Amino acid sequence: MKFSGIRVLKEALTGHKGWKPLWRDPDPKPAYDIIIVGGGGHGLATAYHLAATYGITNVAVLEKGWLGSGNIGRNTTIIRSNYLLPGNQPFYEFSMKLWESQEQDLNFNSMVSQRSIINLAHTDAQRDAYRRRGNAMHLSGAGGELLSRDQLREMLPFLNFDNARFPIKAGLMQKRAGTARHDGVAWGYARAADMRGVDLIQNCEVTGFDITDGRVTGVQTTRGPIKAGKVGVAVAGSSSRVMAMAGMRLPIESHVLQAFVSEGLKPVILGVITFGAGHFYVSQSDKGGLVFGGDIDGYNSYAQRGNLPVVEDVAEGGMALMPMIGRARLLRSWGGIMDMSMDGSPIIDRTPLDGLYLNAGWCYGGFKATPASGYCFAHLLATDTPHTTATAYRLDRFNRGYVIDEKGVGAQPNLH
Amino acid sequence: MLIPHPLLGLRDSQEFTYLGDASLMNRPDPSAVTAEADFCDYVFLRDNPAGVHRELWFHEQGDRSWLIVTRNTLTHEILGAELARDLPARGAK
Ligand SMILES: Cc1cc2nc3c(=O)[nH]c(=O)nc-3n(C[C@H](O)[C@H](O)[C@H](O)COP(=O)(O)OP(=O)(O)OC[C@H]3O[C@@H](n4cnc5c(N)ncnc54)[C@H](O)[C@@H]3O)c2cc1C
Repeated sequence: MKFSGIRVLKEALTGHKGWKPLWRDPDPKPAYDIIIVGGGGHGLATAYHLAATYGITNVAVLEKGWLGSGNIGRNTTIIRSNYLLPGNQPFYEFSMKLWESQEQDLNFNSMVSQRSIINLAHTDAQRDAYRRRGNAMHLSGAGGELLSRDQLREMLPFLNFDNARFPIKAGLMQKRAGTARHDGVAWGYARAADMRGVDLIQNCEVTGFDITDGRVTGVQTTRGPIKAGKVGVAVAGSSSRVMAMAGMRLPIESHVLQAFVSEGLKPVILGVITFGAGHFYVSQSDKGGLVFGGDIDGYNSYAQRGNLPVVEDVAEGGMALMPMIGRARLLRSWGGIMDMSMDGSPIIDRTPLDGLYLNAGWCYGGFKATPASGYCFAHLLATDTPHTTATAYRLDRFNRGYVIDEKGVGAQPNLH
Repeated sequence: MLIPHPLLGLRDSQEFTYLGDASLMNRPDPSAVTAEADFCDYVFLRDNPAGVHRELWFHEQGDRSWLIVTRNTLTHEILGAELARDLPARGAK
């Protein structure tokens, strides 16, 4: 079933009776060439690229709940490639390019909207740091612009420019950044993978690995054992739990991140705005809701819900940056479990066990990475070599001293 | 979350700063032959359990003592708290 304008017209005239489910709901086969554990954005994108880019279609994605029930359906949908460090920036720029062609590649409307991001600076030092980051972005071709206070005042007159403690001094803008419909991204990859023969198996929790002579040969699941040539794990906040079943400890702590959405309002916020002095960022959804969030709660958690101190902290940040937000009523808030790594950067690598591969450590920034993470993990699974943009994401970089620490805060996950 | 401070009673978790797994109290022996690998594990690897977790909280806006709090990471239920200084350094686990 191909989506097109003509198809929409035809369905409109025939009572919308021709739409089909977007993917099959198959039972697991006894064996696959490759099994992906985790049906979030990264697992589904990996399966899609295995089939579409590397021609491997005897693939299953095993998901313990329903597709998109994890962070892919819980995030605040920001996509951007405005990183600083050489290990990160080319990867995220690769991801941004894949976002730009995603809807055509998948024949699915994932509502990718390049409506820009502006990171605000409140001190001279912060402006200098953003200037440096902007230069790093230019080196990778991502583009970026340093906006003056006057330019910002014209674009975003509602911000509190003269906050006595945190005056707005400048802003780093990436025009190509923006938002995408988070669950639409999961559905788009799921449908495109399914169409190419990948089995998407829901309500199928992996409960153990079959390991013989240092090699993983299959998985145990709540729907029975399944053999596999290779197993790729992409379970985001559950990485430590799943890899513990293979006897591994990871450089990861699981933390909860909350997000919030207001009632629908008239369009007011063009793109994404981030407060540089506190923990607050905001965008506006197409339905008009202000979508915002802040920092992780800061303690180990698998609870998928946070506590009030962070709600208060985020609200304070919002009031400091744009006092008018105090008039908006909150509609919903929720939480998701982040795999916070020890340097704030992800892992896409083989593991000490043959046949077992790991995609983890995305912290609170893995949504924007979805296309490239899927591409690079598929590349690794298919060729056993890292993709050129993901060579820094090694699991052993911590032992070797090659951490990729954008914030420079060290091995303290709740500070990244 | 309210933390039952052994000296001060129930205190709001907002008064505290969180460090992480209480096994961080067990610093490896720097003179051991395996010290390099031991320290790498110590600094970077975590059990990160789903369930009961013993963890270090610092009462920064209070009496500035370090507590070992036992908490369930699946429910956020706090099961107890003790002063870290009362525990022998290598017995914190
Ligand atoms: C509130 C919030 C806001 C965020 N905002 C942004 C943002 O603006 N921009 C951005 O780039 N990122 C953001 N993120 C981060 C981003 O959502 C995640 O990094 C990313 O979604 C993680 O990858 P995933 O989609 O594969 O994860 P998930 O969707 O969580 O997928 C993992 C899947 O694995 C499954 N699973 C776990 N254990 C097992 C098992 N044993 N067997 C089978 N399946 C299993 C889970 O059920 C889950 O569906 C945010 C996250 C949250 C929670």
